[in-house]
Parts: sequence; C-alpha cells; structure tokens
Amino acid sequence: MLINYVPVLLYMGIVVGLIGSIVLLSELLGKKRHTPQKDIPYECGMDPIGDARYRYTVRFYVIAMFFIVFDIEAIFLYPWGVIFKDLGWFGFAEMAIFVFVLVVGLAYVWGKGALEWE
Amino acid sequence: MDATIFGSDLVRMIIGLIGVIALVSVNALFLIWMERKVAAHIQLRPGPMEVGWHGSIQTIADALKLMGKELITPDDVDKPVYWLAPIVIFLPVLLSFLVIPFAPGLVIRDMNVGVLLILSFAALTVLAILMAGWSSNNKYAVLGSIRSVAQNVAYEIPLLITVMSIILMVGSFSLVDIVKAQEKYWFILLQPLAFILYITCATAETNRAPFDLPEAESELVAGFHTEYSGMRFALFFLAEYTNMFIVSALATVFFLGGWRGPFLPGWAWFFIKVYAMIFLIMWFRWTFPRVRFDQLITFAWKILIPLAFANLLLTAFLMKLF
Repeated sequence: MLINYVPVLLYMGIVVGLIGSIVLLSELLGKKRHTPQKDIPYECGMDPIGDARYRYTVRFYVIAMFFIVFDIEAIFLYPWGVIFKDLGWFGFAEMAIFVFVLVVGLAYVWGKGALEWE
Repeated sequence: MDATIFGSDLVRMIIGLIGVIALVSVNALFLIWMERKVAAHIQLRPGPMEVGWHGSIQTIADALKLMGKELITPDDVDKPVYWLAPIVIFLPVLLSFLVIPFAPGLVIRDMNVGVLLILSFAALTVLAILMAGWSSNNKYAVLGSIRSVAQNVAYEIPLLITVMSIILMVGSFSLVDIVKAQEKYWFILLQPLAFILYITCATAETNRAPFDLPEAESELVAGFHTEYSGMRFALFFLAEYTNMFIVSALATVFFLGGWRGPFLPGWAWFFIKVYAMIFLIMWFRWTFPRVRFDQLITFAWKILIPLAFANLLLTAFLMKLF
C-alpha cells in the first residue's frame, strides 16, 4: 500500500523545511562583512593557483563502475534474502549460482589488475 | 486508511521528530565531549577541564560560539549546490531515526522496509559530500569529496552483503522483527564474522579513523567541508556525529540484541549498547594509524567483499542444513 508511505513523505517535507529554515535564518540574520581576502577560497593562506575543478585520475571512474555493477547485484539479493526461509534447496542453489557468477566477475576484475592502485 | 488513523500517524511523527531533534542535538554535544575526553585520556592528558565539571559544558560553549559565526560564501562557489549540500547531508540522518526501535513500542514508525530505507537513505550522504566538495571551488574540498565517494561506494557493497546475512536469518526488513528474532541468542554469537565486517564497513562509511581519508586533517585541512562556516558547518558536524550514533544503533539492533537485557528498562540497555559501540569506534581512532588510499580500496575489494560473500553463502548453507 503506497498510502502507508505518505506520512514518511510528510516527515521528509517537515525535515527539509526545518533544516532549510535553520540555514536560511542564519543566512538572513547573520551580519556579513565582505573583504576581498575573506572571500577567496582557502589554500593555506596563499592565493589559489589555477581552478579547483581539475581533472582527476581515471581510477576513480573504474571504482564507480564496479560499484554500480556490484550494487545492483546486491540489490537482486535482497528480495531473495527476505523470503529465503520459505525457499527450499532450489532457492539456495539458484542464488549460489548467482553469487558464483558475481565472484567470477570479481576474480576477472582482480586478475585484470583493475583493483591495483598504482 | 481512513482519516483518523492518518491523523494519529501524523501526530506520532511530529512528536517523534521533536524527540529525534532533541536526541540528535544532545547526542552530538555529548559525543564531541566524549570524543575529546576519550582522546585525551588515551594520550594521558586530561582534555577539556575549564568549563563545567571536567569540561562537560565545553561543547555547549563551542556550539553557542559556532551559531554566532559569520556565514562565508567564497568566490566562485556553485551557489545552489553549495547551499543545498548541508540540507542533503542532514535529511538522511533524520530519516533513519524513523525506523530505529529504542525500546518495545518506542519506534516512530515500524516499517516492513526498515533496513532498506536506512541503507538507501545512507547512500544519499555520498551525494551530499560530492555536492559540498565540488561546489566549494577549493582543491582540498574536491580531493576530499572524491576520496570520500570512492571510499563510501567501495565499503557499501560489503556492508550490504553483510547485513544480508542477518536478513536471511530473520526473514524481514523490519528492525523490530530483527530484535525480536534475537530472543535466544544475540546475533553476534551466531555471526561473529559478520559483526567484524559490519564494524569495519561502518567505520569506513562514517569516515572515521583509520578510514578518515576524506577529511584527513593533516593533509586536506577539513576535506569536503573546508569552505563551510557557521551554521552550515554545524550541520555537517551534527550529521557526522549522528551518523556515528546511527551505525552504532544499527550494530546494536543487528548484533547485540537491541533493547534486550536484564534488570534495566529496554531503552537504557539500548543506549548503553549504542554508546559502548561508539566508544569502540573512538578507540579505533587512537589505536590504528590512517591507511593509505590504495590500501583502503584494495582492502575493501580484495578482502571484505570476498569475506562478505563467503559469510552470506555459509549462512544460507547452514540455515538450509539445520
């Protein structure tokens, strides 16, 4: 029943409103004295060199890709887990095969050296 | 569902929310004091002593000062994202309290998707960290947020799979059902490996030492929230300490029997267990040196994930056998 989640949505709404008003109030009520020095981003007290939004190493993208693959697979395990008690050996065997496929994938990634960070 | 039940639900939620906000603030004030005291005594020094008994109201003084601080918005920040980040980091924190059972009946809303709700909202934290880091136009913030995202996503998978083995034994996502299932044994006795895996992942997910690379003070100043000041910084700080409370509360529910215990009332046991877990996490910080980034990532993928899968399959196998 989706109606059961309406109070949760309301709770979310109240929470967002509350935090939003905390930030907004302190933004509006606080006094601000801008000076050019105060407004530059912090970099050990030096003038910042170059742009902060630089390119970063491709390894982070690889990690993100693995995450998406494994996370989706973990989500597939959840509905199985919750009814596992009612499933027989067939349910176990099926999921053992699924996990085996996952582990083969992990072993492949490992063997390819994608998990090394050099 | 008719209007009256709906109305009483809403009243319960609002009362719950007030309680949660009180808990979050008092908890953060207490934990900051506790953190400083634990750190100090481990290093054989007294820690804060001046304000109040053994410095017990030091944090209140600090918090008051923090509230009065100016909100600085540096040049060239991505303003909408910069403003939204503290809200996005705090939302999942308050939402997680919806389903945590403090004592029998003392839960804002017992839902049959409890564990899923907490885990999926906890994933939002990554988004907030990325928003804060990227929008700040600060090199430390960008570095901190990228590290944090890589770390959080890497440790989320073993966490999910470890929690899975608890779900297998209970057959329900509801946290109340999980506590009820520990009538005979606490799950820490049946799942010792899962407990160790969970604590490791939880420490990493909350960016605590030895996995505190995202905000490694000695190299990144403050990591992703370097450019935040005043109340905005306070929200990040509150979220961090409340996250510690949440992972410890989950450890209590999953492994330590929740509110169960002799003599004392349920909520007292719950809080004792939670703060014992928090003490353990604080103890880690002063015991283990910070890991290197490559160690951090390979530890998650090469050790934790295979172990978590092995634990899951073993649990399933033993359950079918007996």
